[in-house]
Amino acid sequence: MNYQWNWSIFSSPVPTGETTYLGWMLSGLQTTVTLSLCAWVMALALGSLMGVLRTVPNKWLSGFASAYVEIFRNIPLLVQLFIWYFVLPELLPFGLGDAFKQQLDPVTQQFVSAMVCLGFFTSARVCEQVRSGINSLPRGQKNAGLALGFTLPQTYRHVLLPMAFRLVVPPLTSEFLNIFKNSAVCSTIGLLELAAQGRQLVDYTAQPYESFIAVTLLYVLINVVVMGLMRVIEEKTRVPGYIGGK
Amino acid sequence: MNYDFDWSSIPGALPFLWDGMKISLEITAIAVAFGIVWGTLLAMMRLSPVKPLAWFAAGYVNLFRAVPLVMVLLWFFLIVPQVLRSFFNLDPNTDVRLTSAMIGFALFESAYYSEIIRAGIQSVPKGQVAAASALGMSYAQAMRLVVLPQAFRNMVPLLLTQAVVLFQDTSLVYMSALADFFGAAYKVGDRDGRLVEMLLFAGAVYFVLCFTLSQVVRLLQKRMATL
Repeated sequence: MNYQWNWSIFSSPVPTGETTYLGWMLSGLQTTVTLSLCAWVMALALGSLMGVLRTVPNKWLSGFASAYVEIFRNIPLLVQLFIWYFVLPELLPFGLGDAFKQQLDPVTQQFVSAMVCLGFFTSARVCEQVRSGINSLPRGQKNAGLALGFTLPQTYRHVLLPMAFRLVVPPLTSEFLNIFKNSAVCSTIGLLELAAQGRQLVDYTAQPYESFIAVTLLYVLINVVVMGLMRVIEEKTRVPGYIGGK
Repeated sequence: MNYDFDWSSIPGALPFLWDGMKISLEITAIAVAFGIVWGTLLAMMRLSPVKPLAWFAAGYVNLFRAVPLVMVLLWFFLIVPQVLRSFFNLDPNTDVRLTSAMIGFALFESAYYSEIIRAGIQSVPKGQVAAASALGMSYAQAMRLVVLPQAFRNMVPLLLTQAVVLFQDTSLVYMSALADFFGAAYKVGDRDGRLVEMLLFAGAVYFVLCFTLSQVVRLLQKRMATL
């Protein structure tokens, strides 16, 4: 192995000259973070809704929610991404698909497909966490809510969910970390996020080790920042008296 | 909807797709087997009183869990061929992508398996280790004869679930243009201009396989809970 290390590549300008290779790397980081945060918001909203539906007494609604979870959990993320990106625009009715393909610029198309894909994929996992949070509450709480004259939606809104959401914060931390890692899969449809920028750097500079080390460190950095952030949120939302509640 | 479906390219492509499926299953099998063995060793290191071993295992597991699988695979597609060639004097044209993928998956999944196995070992009451050593067993004997058999029994559902996840993840070898099941389906679809049908077909096959196995895991869990 006689590899020529050259860390100065990061400060050298890219062929088009408008930025340095470090600039590429940072724009990739920015895309990864934006994509993951947008998808996370979507996953939280959809996942909470589905998680509630999985626990309601209505057989049709809970059946629908569990089918939803099974579909998104049993198809590989890469296949789901390709279906969102290559298949769905072909099948959308009323010319929506054509509008998507012709009027949006390619970067927006990639970003939207990636966000929707990650959002749905993660929402199935969030759903399972929310469901187990709701199910872990003593059954008496729901009955007490109903006995006080709350309707079922009111019981969920005022009694069950405020408690369940605080209980699921720790397990949601790992899903939040996963969404950043899973976003790397989106490099396969050409979205220039962090991993894709890393590969692009290898093609342009022929310095694979520097580039991959930088990308790996940036992912580790994301991980550390998210864990720190979630630790603060976990402290704030911890329920006294519960396991881990101290 | 104005898309004309044409599924006719699937029957002719089945032998090619089956070859791809064999590659996917092969990578999964190797990674599961290696992951459980190396994962058990890592878990025992992490729980051992020898500090450097515990630090090494913790560092290994945390590093692999902090980095996306895509990035790990890119590393292994970069490094493994160079290492293999310099050690074994391989012809530069030998195809080592499958080996690289297997090594990458095996080392990556070990980190996840080790966390499952560590939880399994910790689920065995401490009194059992104490009882074993009171009976005169060494630490290794206590592990082998008392702790691990019970730990593994508790872990079977989780280990299988992880295997399903791993099987789904093998589709990422698509990045190296290796024709695993998904890669094969993509190639056929691309060749025939029938990407829509082939992607839907691939999704359906993955769904049927993974859903069936996860139902089996669920049954197993129920049976174990009643024992």
